[in-house]
Amino acid sequence: MAESYRRSRWSNGLFVVPYLSVFLTLLVFPLGWGIWLSLNKVDLFGGERFIGLKNYARVLSDPIFGQAVKNTVIFVGVSVPTLVVLGLFLALALNKTTKGSSFLRGVFFASSILSVTIVTLIWRIVFIPNDGLMALIFEYFGWQPIGFLSTTGWSLFSVGVATVWWCIGLPMMLFLAALQQIPKDLYEAAALDNTSRWRVLTRITLPSIKSTIMLVAIIQVVMQFQLFGQAQLMTNGGPAGSSRPIVMYIYEIGFLRWDIGMGAAASQILFLIILCAAMLQYWVSTRKEETDA
Amino acid sequence: MKALNYSPEHLTSNRRLFWIAAFLGLIMMAPVAWIIGLSLKDNAELLKGTEAVFSFPYTLENYANILKSSSVFGWFMNSVIVAVGQTFGVLLLSSLAGYAFARLEFPFRKTLFIIVLFGLAVPEQAVIIARHQMFNWFDLHNTHIGLILPNLSSAFGVFLMTQFFRAIPKEIDEAAMLDNTSTFRIFWKVLLPLTLPAQATLGIFTFLQAWNDYWWPLISATKSDMYTLTIGIASSQTNFAQSEGLGFLGAQAIFASLPVVLVYIFFQRHIVTAVSGGAVK
Repeated sequence: MAESYRRSRWSNGLFVVPYLSVFLTLLVFPLGWGIWLSLNKVDLFGGERFIGLKNYARVLSDPIFGQAVKNTVIFVGVSVPTLVVLGLFLALALNKTTKGSSFLRGVFFASSILSVTIVTLIWRIVFIPNDGLMALIFEYFGWQPIGFLSTTGWSLFSVGVATVWWCIGLPMMLFLAALQQIPKDLYEAAALDNTSRWRVLTRITLPSIKSTIMLVAIIQVVMQFQLFGQAQLMTNGGPAGSSRPIVMYIYEIGFLRWDIGMGAAASQILFLIILCAAMLQYWVSTRKEETDA
Repeated sequence: MKALNYSPEHLTSNRRLFWIAAFLGLIMMAPVAWIIGLSLKDNAELLKGTEAVFSFPYTLENYANILKSSSVFGWFMNSVIVAVGQTFGVLLLSSLAGYAFARLEFPFRKTLFIIVLFGLAVPEQAVIIARHQMFNWFDLHNTHIGLILPNLSSAFGVFLMTQFFRAIPKEIDEAAMLDNTSTFRIFWKVLLPLTLPAQATLGIFTFLQAWNDYWWPLISATKSDMYTLTIGIASSQTNFAQSEGLGFLGAQAIFASLPVVLVYIFFQRHIVTAVSGGAVK
């Protein structure tokens, strides 16, 4: 009967058992096990010896890790503002119901659905010296050719270009969704007053989507901190480590050098960084609900 | 005098911005057009210079070669098995859990839900090394199951399905309860059919993620006959440009993205909801 349906029962919990068992074995346990591994010296045959925080000390004093952190921070610092500003611009330009706008929205979002291997394959072919699309364009204008993927100053930049190309769809879509939610009467008042477009943008539009701008920025920070595939496939971190991000460092230590304890320690450090950003995201999104309501 | 136009569209957007966006759109499409062009050219001709892209003749030979190459087809099948398996797994687990979290009462319901939400904040990097060891213990590397399992633990689906079940009016299951229907039957026969749009959204999202997954298949599938298409394409990139020719590589890129592009064209609306909905809600 109706009351019994609402009553608390152990048997109702059976519905969550399948998911929870997967959740515990494949997420919670490995999380704890990863922390344990980071406190041990692990040899390849599965033996562990507790060494406390030594792995963390090794990671933090490794100059290659320092370089990877520096690369990642620069990458995040440049790619995230680019994605936010470009995404906002596209959303403002394409916030219309015309066929042309809807086609362009489709174009800008389409790249997001490709896998990192396809994206990097495309961009590597674009950047090949002599024969790539970029080389042809440079030749056409008579510019000095650049080794986009093989020059220290350019490798991380080229990875960033491919990343922005790949990721621009989501910020644009989130901004479009936010623009749709701005109350129309705000604009009606502005139209009656004959306010200039620039004032409408800075006084009405941007303040109304402030929380979305924050949210998009934080989502992108979390995502771009996890940069891996683009760098690994396009430049393999080179030349001279100039485009090696943190995740690639973890991959190399954990899965190429098989120093599992040290790799686990590096991944916990990254987790801590991402967790801080994610907490910020949660905090902003809950505050957003309050202000929206 | 011009009529006043109060539409927000008019005030936030204008023709000049649109044309700048259109220009950026061209830049966006240029690399893809370039790859499509290369994929339609004879490899020997490209070796002499890639300017050949801009002139006839074109050929479908590179695509024919992909279909002949047994490894690419095998990778494709692996990707299909893994992506479909993961999609069904996620839908099943998330629907069951989402229903219970949204509609039923049981001990520790709230606590468990909060713990699951914390799972949303755990990135793959934090668990991947330990997972790799665990799958070693059970000999699960280089198997389809081993490729499917890890992402079933993603909390995103449970979160999304809980939201969807909450949105269904309570009167519907209350009416079913009066007929003394069992809890499972209410879930299966009454509520689940109502969540079909949500299932489509979550399903497409999971499929795309599984299809494009990179890091886990990279370390778990180490034998080339167990590669997914994503990993297979990556492996043939390492001997870039020398062996098979740019045309063939381009054709591989186009071929490998066909399934997701088709999914995108047919289900664009669902994809946009899934991708932006999860972040905004």
